[in-house]
Amino acid sequence: MNVLNLINAMPGALAQGLIWGIAAIGIYITYRLLDFADLTVDGSLCTGGAVCIMMMLSGHNVAVSMLAATLAGMLTGFATGVLHTFMGIPPILSGILTQIALWSVNLMIMGKANQAINVDKYSLLVSLRYIKGVPFYRNTILVVAVGILLLIVILYWFFGTELGSALRATGCNGNMARAQGINTNLFKVLGLMISNGLVGLSGAMLAQYQGFADINMGRGAIVIGLAAVIIGEVVFGNIFHNFGFKLFGVALGSIFYYLVMQVVLWMGVKPDYLKLISAVIVAILLAVPYWKEKLLPQTYKKKGGNSNA
Amino acid sequence: MLEIRNVTKIFNPGTVNEKLALDHFSLTLEDGEFVTVIGGNGAGKSTMMNAIAGVWPVDTGQILIDGVDVTRLSEHKRAKFLGRVFQDPMTGTAAEMEIEENLALARRRGHRRSLRPGITKKERETFKELLKILGLGLEDRLTTKVGLLSGGQRQALTLLMATLQKPRLLLLDEHTAALDPKTAAKVLETTELIVNREKLTTLMITHNMKDAIAHGNRLIMLMDGKIILDIKGEEKQKLTVEDLLHKFEEASGEEFASDKAILG
Repeated sequence: MNVLNLINAMPGALAQGLIWGIAAIGIYITYRLLDFADLTVDGSLCTGGAVCIMMMLSGHNVAVSMLAATLAGMLTGFATGVLHTFMGIPPILSGILTQIALWSVNLMIMGKANQAINVDKYSLLVSLRYIKGVPFYRNTILVVAVGILLLIVILYWFFGTELGSALRATGCNGNMARAQGINTNLFKVLGLMISNGLVGLSGAMLAQYQGFADINMGRGAIVIGLAAVIIGEVVFGNIFHNFGFKLFGVALGSIFYYLVMQVVLWMGVKPDYLKLISAVIVAILLAVPYWKEKLLPQTYKKKGGNSNA
Repeated sequence: MLEIRNVTKIFNPGTVNEKLALDHFSLTLEDGEFVTVIGGNGAGKSTMMNAIAGVWPVDTGQILIDGVDVTRLSEHKRAKFLGRVFQDPMTGTAAEMEIEENLALARRRGHRRSLRPGITKKERETFKELLKILGLGLEDRLTTKVGLLSGGQRQALTLLMATLQKPRLLLLDEHTAALDPKTAAKVLETTELIVNREKLTTLMITHNMKDAIAHGNRLIMLMDGKIILDIKGEEKQKLTVEDLLHKFEEASGEEFASDKAILG
């Protein structure tokens, strides 16, 4: 176990953690703000990557391609939203249905299971080749970090507006929201669109970073996202109370997750086992509040609002 | 101003749990009437409220507010006419949002929501003044999460939210039932204050006959999804609990069974 190897691998893990941080912020919006465990993301991450790579391969520039990837992600969120609100299908099942449909859609977009893009021939925004030996303003870590900060500022502003407040109220207490004239179905769809738009954007960056889009690239995205959300809350929850900082904490949670995974790999654990480890970590983190409630019922503060929104 | 015409609502039709909750129910409210509603469990009191609020569609009949047929309007669209306070203090407010955020949401009831700020400085000042009237010290806790408030505080806040945009009709669904007697009295006092000041047309369900007699200028009693008693004006002012029990027996041919309703 050479410590130097670990140190060398850290910048890459940091970059990946940052890119996944964008997806994690999207997952935070559905999971925490809307109380909706959205499994669409396992498909929409790949949709974002596929759209971005195929657009670039057909000659569009990177900005247009990433915008298209974001819009494609929003469309997948719209599909899940319609399944849930218009067709009355429970949240988890709505997400699974869209996710399974996206498997075919993603193959249609790419034409095959894997599409590579050559970093030397196309001008990518981010790449694992842009970690070392490039001018600092081209460095992927800096580019994504600035991008995330910008996103957090925009989201912080949005969730403070009338529309953003209505969206938060929808997730917090649907009965109250409707009594105050808020169309909760509309805002659920909107939240799912924003969330999956971010996941699509994250997929677009991830595909560029690794140099290819792959049909399997989104597998387990919800688990990685939840890990980032919960680690962010557990580790930074006592420091960050402001909404903007909470989003920042989620991004840090994602980085933290990737750094830990890097250490696990460095310790010689087979990469095949990573998903098992992730699942176990997330399961335990999800159980903590439940155990707290069971063991310390008198100190547990009752959460308000009916969740049958 | 409110007209309920021949409304019927059956829950779980065609099953063993079938329940005729509203049976060709009709009620007309005049502007400024403060109606207290009493009746036993399953009489249809809450069903009547939910029918007005549009929680689910009714089976037959029509509901008009200010002459507008709202029978087919969804819950959130009717909200612009209605202020609502629920029995469960948890239902009327968003626990994970701040006091001022809850109030700001309520102030936008009936207005189009856009990308304008969710709350303005000017509103904060207004909210402070309004919260002072409640006398609960909430004016100094604008940014406290509502989840940290007591049931009584939450009901008082919900009441304020329901009347922040003057509603055409205020619906109070046993809004003091989940509170201890002292807090309940305080919330009821605040209710009376706001209703009188704003001259609100109000429907208030209560399980307490004394409260039903002491408040409002009209009293209706429900049984089996129908109005069996409707008292207003001078007759209502002179009403006593004994009268009410007697009238109940007359109207229904049964004895009023609930001790809670008498003593409550």
